[in-house]
Amino acid sequence: MKAIRNLFDKAKPHFEKGGKFHMFKSVFGGFETFLFVPNHTNKNGTHIRDYVDLKRTMVIVVVSLIPALLFGMYNIGYQHNLAVGETADFWQTFFYGFIRVLPIVVVSYVTGLGIEFATAQMRGHEINEGFLVSGMLIPLVMPINTPLWMIAVATAFAVIFGKEVFGGTGMNILNPALTARAFLFFAYPSFMSGDSVWTRIGAGNHAVDGFSGATAMAQAAQGHPITYSVSDMFFGFIPGSIGETSTLAILIGAAILLWTGVGSWKIMLSAVLGGTVMGLLLNIFAVNAYMAVPFWEHFIMGGFAFGVVFMATDPVSAAQTPKGKWIYGFLIGFLAILIRVINPAYPEGVMLAILLMNVFAPLIDHYVVESNIKRRMKRATVKA
Amino acid sequence: MSDKEPLFSKKNLRLLTDPLNSKNPITVQVLGICSALAVTAQLKPAVVMSLAVIVVTAFSNLIISMLRNTIPNRIRIIVQLVVIAALVILVDQILKAYVYDVSKQLSVFVGLIITNCIIMGRLEAFALGNKPIPAFLDGIGNGAGYGLILVIVAFFRELLGSGTLWGYHVIPASWYIDNGGWYSNNGMMILPPMALVTVGVIIWVQRAKNRELIED
Repeated sequence: MKAIRNLFDKAKPHFEKGGKFHMFKSVFGGFETFLFVPNHTNKNGTHIRDYVDLKRTMVIVVVSLIPALLFGMYNIGYQHNLAVGETADFWQTFFYGFIRVLPIVVVSYVTGLGIEFATAQMRGHEINEGFLVSGMLIPLVMPINTPLWMIAVATAFAVIFGKEVFGGTGMNILNPALTARAFLFFAYPSFMSGDSVWTRIGAGNHAVDGFSGATAMAQAAQGHPITYSVSDMFFGFIPGSIGETSTLAILIGAAILLWTGVGSWKIMLSAVLGGTVMGLLLNIFAVNAYMAVPFWEHFIMGGFAFGVVFMATDPVSAAQTPKGKWIYGFLIGFLAILIRVINPAYPEGVMLAILLMNVFAPLIDHYVVESNIKRRMKRATVKA
Repeated sequence: MSDKEPLFSKKNLRLLTDPLNSKNPITVQVLGICSALAVTAQLKPAVVMSLAVIVVTAFSNLIISMLRNTIPNRIRIIVQLVVIAALVILVDQILKAYVYDVSKQLSVFVGLIITNCIIMGRLEAFALGNKPIPAFLDGIGNGAGYGLILVIVAFFRELLGSGTLWGYHVIPASWYIDNGGWYSNNGMMILPPMALVTVGVIIWVQRAKNRELIED
């Protein structure tokens, strides 16, 4: 550790103003603060600087994503085995998924961080750490069969148009990872929906008879009975985007987020409440099989759990005020189930619900603040 | 006309070229956005639309400029509208007669040239206060400025969205996934939101090059 510190101290003057590598200052700063707690102190006034800076917050989120990622890798192998009718032991299964998920993660990080570094350098900003999380979220919300170049294009679109044009990390209106997914969803719909995109069959293999690869939501949307058992859907042995299938793994991540205080419990709870209300409403007025799906089953299929835990709680694009968070979360859950069940064109409503509420979050905050001011103005008395 | 000015004096040339860049109706004045989003999914309709708008802006500018001393100020808008509407109907009929498919693709947007803010804007701002020839050139310039952006947007939208240009396949068929390749058309480029993003990128590039255009 000491040796690395010395190395950085020795190199530092080269990156200061006048040094020969000054143009790479933000890259240097990025690596330095990545490895060491930054020693910035305030020069005037009494502000307390928490040493838990953005980078450390982001790392906590990445850690909380690891269960979903690892399980996703295993599940890719597991679904592959099911599809081609093979049996394999645990490690073979995991490894099959591992070598197919890894390139997606690498492409997402390389593209996103490349753009992030380049823009930071161009603007003379520090490198922002926002992409550490987005780069991990993007692979997790993609179907396994998405071509790598599409992931690169979507990542570039999300980082440039979702984030950098608004001023970089902390200024984005939309969640970048969801922007990437929405981009692919509308740009290359045949790669983002349907039954064949969720399971890796592989060249030269043939699917066994009777294999369909339909997700639980596709079955429900077509009015078929859901063939996956509740425990399979909860533990995640179902087809779906890489990281979204296992509710259990997502709950472990949620526990980490809540325990460290990084994710907002208000948003998560209110989103589940919103989903429950909508689910019950649909159950009461059910006219088809999908509307009659018990409300709690919505939470364990599709991307509901993943979206609510990791996407809706994104501190930048979510509502900021406590009361606003309740409204924001509630509407996400409410709309997600509504879009999912009622709109046949969009099999998954969570992505669209969160993006929609991202757009509304500033408005919600505005009215919460305004109403607070109004309430307090009533109490205020002016002495002439 | 005692002080006879040559047709392409420096001042008149600027009337033609300024709207292409620093006074562009779409990217700088942000006018006529609606039709710019609607007709740019393919190159051909975009070019036809641009030509139609150039003709209408040029001739309405010319006619209004010639009438400018006789139009009572209080009813000038309605007079302008009559002139524009007559020209638009003329253009529409010609398109229907000679390029029927494109005219069908453009559907209501030819008719909606009447409401295009660029034309009214130029009549109000320029034709009412200038002589016919500069007004005519100003009309051509602004129409061309509009057309330039339309063609750029349509070029990228058609190339990336359909893999064609002017209806001809540009991207080799063997690249496509269906034929064993790796490529796929970007369906989002066909949708109007991406036209807005493309116009945004053009504005971005233009302002990065010409810093005077950046407003606070």
